[in-house]
Amino acid sequence: MRQGSRAAASVLPALLCAGCAGAQSAFDTGGAQALGLARLMIFIMAVCAAVWLAVMAALAFALWRRRQEATEPLAIDARRQRRMSLVVGGSVAATVVIIGLFTVTSFWVTRSLWAGDRDAVKIDMRGYQWWWQVTYRDGNQAFTTANEIHVPVGRLVRIRLTADDVIHSFWVPSLTGKQDLIPGRTNEVSFVAERPGVYRGQCAEFCGLQHARMAMQVIAQSPQDYDAWRQSQLAPAAKPSDPEQVFGEQVFLSKPCAACHTVRGTSATAQLGPDLTHVASRSTIAAGVLETTRGSLAAWIADPQTIKPGNNMPMVALSPDELNAISAYMASLK
Amino acid sequence: MTSEAIPLDVRDRAIDDDTLRARLAKTWATPRGLWGALTTVDHKIIARRYLVTAFIFLALGGILAVLMRLQLARPESRVLGPDFYNQIFTMHGSNMMFLFAVPVMEAMGVYLVPLMVGTRNIAFPRLNAFSYWMYLAGGITLWLSFALNMGPDVGWFAYVPLSGPEYGAGKRADFWAQMITFTEVAALAVAVEIVVTVFKQRAPGMSLNRIPLFVWSMLVTSFLVIMAMPAIMIASSTLIMDRLVGTHFYNPAEGGDVLLWQHLFWFFGHPEVYIIFLPAVGMVSSMVPTFARRPIFGYLPLVLALVATGILAFGLWVHHMFVTGLPRVGESFFTASSMSIAVPAGIQIFCWIATLWDGKPVFKTPLLFVLAFLFTFIIGGMTGVMVASVPFDTQVHDTYFVVAHFHYVLIGGAVFPLMGAVYYWFPKFTGRLMSERLGRWVVGLVFVGFNLTFFPMHILGFEGMPRRVYTYQHDVPWAALNLFVSLSSIVLTAGFLLFFIDAIRSARRGVAAGDNPWGAATLEWATASPPPPYNFAHIPVVDDANPLWSAPETLTVAGGLRVDRRELVVTSVAEARPEARESSPANSIWPLLTALATTVMLIWSIFSPWAVVWGSIPIAIALTGWFWPKGTPEDEA
Repeated sequence: MRQGSRAAASVLPALLCAGCAGAQSAFDTGGAQALGLARLMIFIMAVCAAVWLAVMAALAFALWRRRQEATEPLAIDARRQRRMSLVVGGSVAATVVIIGLFTVTSFWVTRSLWAGDRDAVKIDMRGYQWWWQVTYRDGNQAFTTANEIHVPVGRLVRIRLTADDVIHSFWVPSLTGKQDLIPGRTNEVSFVAERPGVYRGQCAEFCGLQHARMAMQVIAQSPQDYDAWRQSQLAPAAKPSDPEQVFGEQVFLSKPCAACHTVRGTSATAQLGPDLTHVASRSTIAAGVLETTRGSLAAWIADPQTIKPGNNMPMVALSPDELNAISAYMASLK
Repeated sequence: MTSEAIPLDVRDRAIDDDTLRARLAKTWATPRGLWGALTTVDHKIIARRYLVTAFIFLALGGILAVLMRLQLARPESRVLGPDFYNQIFTMHGSNMMFLFAVPVMEAMGVYLVPLMVGTRNIAFPRLNAFSYWMYLAGGITLWLSFALNMGPDVGWFAYVPLSGPEYGAGKRADFWAQMITFTEVAALAVAVEIVVTVFKQRAPGMSLNRIPLFVWSMLVTSFLVIMAMPAIMIASSTLIMDRLVGTHFYNPAEGGDVLLWQHLFWFFGHPEVYIIFLPAVGMVSSMVPTFARRPIFGYLPLVLALVATGILAFGLWVHHMFVTGLPRVGESFFTASSMSIAVPAGIQIFCWIATLWDGKPVFKTPLLFVLAFLFTFIIGGMTGVMVASVPFDTQVHDTYFVVAHFHYVLIGGAVFPLMGAVYYWFPKFTGRLMSERLGRWVVGLVFVGFNLTFFPMHILGFEGMPRRVYTYQHDVPWAALNLFVSLSSIVLTAGFLLFFIDAIRSARRGVAAGDNPWGAATLEWATASPPPPYNFAHIPVVDDANPLWSAPETLTVAGGLRVDRRELVVTSVAEARPEARESSPANSIWPLLTALATTVMLIWSIFSPWAVVWGSIPIAIALTGWFWPKGTPEDEA
């Protein structure tokens, strides 16, 4: 049984999505939770498929079996009636057994998903229209980042979920099932990533205009790489090194940018938008909309409303020099 | 009274058949012209309007679906902007649920239940007229708001806080909430009429165990409407109050709760699915015996399955909320209750197959739709069992898997039987048969097109595609399947188009049907096609569950009703023993005027809370007119 479901767990994804590795898929599993879910899903689907085939076969037989010439519609054979009752009753009993089996299996899988672990990586996640604020509480010091979660391979990760504005839903299908982020409530989700890699996720609860552009990435790294990343994130922002970046920092701090964003180590400490202290270390900006490059940063700052209409970042009037400088500064925030 | 030649208190037995029919026609007639159209209370005319209106909304909702498929055919497509797309998917869902699916099923009930139980009009016929006008006004309100770019954009489920005062700007969510009010009033009215018609107006002798299964299904459905609708009425009213007068029912900052909305919405929203589905299985249970040439196998289990589904429907709303962080033991209870709905569904499926096995199937278009239904609906039922499992659901909730699931249930499980039912009862509605040749094409195109369109969506869900996204990026591998889905939807659309063409063409030029073209067993086939305004010249007496098969030529009839005024027989609830002659209301303009006054008040109240105060005055006047004693024989009784 176990062996069989393991084989099926490897065959089915290949059938379902040939060559979609690294994407977000419930069957391209990266950890124990997702694997447990995938096995349960394959088990239930296999049983259901078998039942469906059996019912279709019965229907086909009922329609096309050989029968005697037409009789009166009301001429009912009592003995045949009894036989039919037995078959129908048996089928109903089988239905009861199957759903009983599904219910119990589901219950056990649910329990296995919530294994506790004192050593877990603790993360707070807050959903905003339309990005994710991520605050690490791993160790003594906390730091905040956005739209990208780094986790050490093999260690349990526990994420507390809440939302600032409307309901969002955390979902990285290759790692575990989804859980909602709800204003006024705190939920929790936990998972282990067992192989290094990038796992994509995106908001799964309709949250308004740009619900479609609210992605995130989970980057699973070796414990050493994770620690290095954590140390670098704990550090305040890099001091600008060349004159253009220095000018860029001045523009950032004097224009409306600083009214919403934080760059640790400067006077910008607002919390309305993503923390930009290490924005250039993240692989995407605007919750997965653009790959992080100096060019995309410039494009985004120049006209956020064309790239992601309706998002909460206003277009700030900047001269070409200011735009150049601020994107250079942003690109330096590794 | 203008009845110069008619002596007082003429009974049907006192005159010969031709005179009887002429006099009944005069008594029950709807006058020609506009006035007649606005005042009629004939359940058949109102049901026909309901049906035509609902199918127009189906076509409009279908156009929205095609637009969505156009947008999703390619990644990063710019056919529709995010704002327009969000309005479109909200309109599609709200329109299909509230303006098509529920009303179309109730319309079938309004037309068929009085005929199937052998009475002359539905109970509370003026309320029936009022309900249609309310439904029409609600539908027009929603579509006008959409045409004015004020269409709701918060999903058919309108979750707070997104639909609340802070994040749902403008009047969009208010139009959605008020459309709910319109359609709920209409649905509640019809539900009450059907319950009373079934309980008190059945033909003498139609005891509980002889009620046709479609009538049973409409009865259970009506109880579901009566019990489920108050939840959504409270939800939409409190939402409007949050938005209009600043209450805080759903504001967590002031002690409100956003999950309260979801509980209220799904306490209605899940039974809603069965409000659509149960009439459909009632239709299947009507068509299967006719085309199997055998009485239905397992009448009693089928009735109990309907009742069980109706009861269970109220115990599984939480499976829409499995990822909101509710207590896990509670969630497991709802897994069990949600899966247990498979038992009554299974009972019905096995009984239909047994009936077909023991009978001698005649493969006409309605039966072909039943077969398409069985193939498709069972898949939808299976995926329903899957989403009932909490862990399974955490991976597929709010993805295209769920989109596939509920279209399998709603199109496969309800629209296929409905289309079969249209082919089946069209001759009764119009006197003409639809084309058998086109019908086969319709079944084929719709069946193949549907499965090609919706089956791949299961896989898209596994691959991580969430619902309600207006586009998707190039870096996710969904493009090929989405293009395939969009192309397949052309086949499905062609099938529906052909269906409409066949219906419109056959209504004018179809082959004349006669009273009972399929040789069916129930009472609606015992009268002319289309039925005269009084339905039956003589009220039939029933001594069998299949009256037209047990006594095909010599249906017993009851007599003693007056012909100079609208009268029908009232019978006892269980045994259907005749108890009294009861008058049935005559035509009236007041239901229309009341609906107009209510419409003004409801739309006005989107903009000002004072509408509830001042707007209720015209409603009170209209209701006073409605109930004012007028001295007509019908009103005196």
